[in-house]
Amino acid sequence: MLWACILLPQLAMDGVQRHRANPDEPLVLLNGSPQRRVLQAVNPAARALGLKPGQSLTAAQALTRGFATAEYDCAAIERWQQFLAAWAYGFSAQVSLHYPRCLLLEVQSSLGLFGPWPRFEARLRAELSALAFQHRIAVAPNPAAARVLVNVGDGLMASDGQALMQMLAPLPVDRLGLSPAATTAFNRMGLRQLRQLLALPRDSLAKRFPAEVLRHLDTLSGQRPLALDFFVPADVFDTRIELNFEVESHQALLFPLRRLTADLAAYLACRDSGVQRFTLHLEHRAGADTQIPVGLLSAERDPGMLFELTRGRLEHQQLPAPVLAVRLEARELPVFTPQHQQLFDERPQQNQPWEQLRERLRARLGDDALHGLGARADHRPERAWINDSTSPLLLPCGPRPGWLLSEPQPLREASLRILSGPERIESGWWDGEDVRRDYYVVQTRAGQRGWAYRPVGSDGPLLLHGWFA
Amino acid sequence: MSSVVALDRLIDARRVWRGQVVSSPSGANFSTGHHFLDAALPGGGWPKAALSEVLTAAPGIGEMRLLWPTLASLTVSGERVVLISPPHLPYPQAWSDAGVDLRQLSIIQADGRDALWAAEQCLRSGSCGAVLSWLRQADDRSLRRLQVAAATGQTLAFAYRPQAEATNPSPAALRLVLDSQPAQLRVIKCRGGLPPARPLALAWH
Repeated sequence: MLWACILLPQLAMDGVQRHRANPDEPLVLLNGSPQRRVLQAVNPAARALGLKPGQSLTAAQALTRGFATAEYDCAAIERWQQFLAAWAYGFSAQVSLHYPRCLLLEVQSSLGLFGPWPRFEARLRAELSALAFQHRIAVAPNPAAARVLVNVGDGLMASDGQALMQMLAPLPVDRLGLSPAATTAFNRMGLRQLRQLLALPRDSLAKRFPAEVLRHLDTLSGQRPLALDFFVPADVFDTRIELNFEVESHQALLFPLRRLTADLAAYLACRDSGVQRFTLHLEHRAGADTQIPVGLLSAERDPGMLFELTRGRLEHQQLPAPVLAVRLEARELPVFTPQHQQLFDERPQQNQPWEQLRERLRARLGDDALHGLGARADHRPERAWINDSTSPLLLPCGPRPGWLLSEPQPLREASLRILSGPERIESGWWDGEDVRRDYYVVQTRAGQRGWAYRPVGSDGPLLLHGWFA
Repeated sequence: MSSVVALDRLIDARRVWRGQVVSSPSGANFSTGHHFLDAALPGGGWPKAALSEVLTAAPGIGEMRLLWPTLASLTVSGERVVLISPPHLPYPQAWSDAGVDLRQLSIIQADGRDALWAAEQCLRSGSCGAVLSWLRQADDRSLRRLQVAAATGQTLAFAYRPQAEATNPSPAALRLVLDSQPAQLRVIKCRGGLPPARPLALAWH
């Protein structure tokens, strides 16, 4: 087995920064008690101003005032770890968060699908960069060794046990992930490299040091397996972005919305499911959230399409109050079946399939604006159609017009010519909408052909009910 | 002159046209399903990937019979046909009798700018075989947009408009006027050829 370890050196900072529009703005993350705020992490722009992690906030403010602050939020870091594990789950069935701020994934079994390791690695890096997370990647035959290699450098790879030992042997002892007490003890004894440790007799190591030292060394060399808790993806998608200020316009909501829908798409891809119904919550300072339900006709997971649709719904929504946070919640995740596509497309410019177009139209015009046409087995004209394309079940009948008027109109014209008829339609006594009519095909003086009726037993004017178009 | 281009090719591509009615339809266009109309139109049918206008005086004079054969052949071959804000309800029985596969038919109810937007989206997407629109107020600019969208999406576009618009210029590739009294069809503009001088008698009665 080959294990890749992806170290996320700036997870907290990346997690905060991806919600900010301008990544070049100096930003620090604060931690500690309200009396003594300490800088926990700084971004490169803030570092250029002379700010360092570990500084107190007062000291930093004495240096400069031109930086933004945010809370160092452990819960958020945990959420991001879960999110990234879900992303990595798309590449490997064995993903573990055993080490903090690290993703471990078994890659040997994925190589067949994602190509040789250099190509696979390039893809991982490209996707992580697109998600805006700093990362370092190393590969080793066992997870503990991969964790140690990623500490040392980026892009290291040991394909088998022998190569691994060659790479590990010159490493300094304090880089091995041993407990600080053991590291200090080794250093004081003049043992500076792993190679020197391995040269020592095992029984004396066991005698003179705690048991975990030998256990750790065995895990590194792969002689002892490491028990890992594997990641199990969540059943629902529920992500929230808190905005830094009160947003009153739709435009300003689009940036977090794009992030949310992209995250949703990433999540759906790794679960191999689609989404058919999800809700966008807009949280306000007071009062209930504004909820924007988004429904689709079939399960989808294309990020661009999800964004376009949600945007269409959002733009129709009146904001009752400024928005403080946006939350996207998707509970029903049906199976995604990709559409069949023709190998040789007749129309080369077909850039948007009908399903996408349909959702786009529905999002802007409303759910009811777009419908199909189907026939119903009923002789009454006003009941012979249905707003849904069902398989046609047509009764044999006389001539029927192409257009049906929704409301019959009286035909007050002296020179009507009756072309054929009458055809009696008598039906509906069972449901209270009894119809007894004699229908005629008529021609007006202007040459229009219409379909008109007169209720049986009345001698009023003919009522026009359709046009033979 | 480095290359020699055959004259037939130029004429077929309609880059050069002769000042007389093309007698033999070359079959490059989408057949209307009516022989008398195919014979009269350059290319032998509806211009592909372009806007055609049908100007009608009143409803009930054969405005759908003109298009039903086209819609029937499109829907039967699995192409989608979209009707945008039709003036009345399409009667399923009649449309089905005309050969239109109702499962491939979609109706969009919208008005004003939304109808135009929907028409443009449908045309541009390239996922529809034909888009029929009944535009209440369409100016030169919006028609031009439809024409460009039809060319982008390689889709047949039809716009139904009142006959009073016949005098106004239009960017459509083909303009037909449907008269009721007498029942006849006039071609007032067709790209790539001279419109036939005399009206065409409707041959489906």
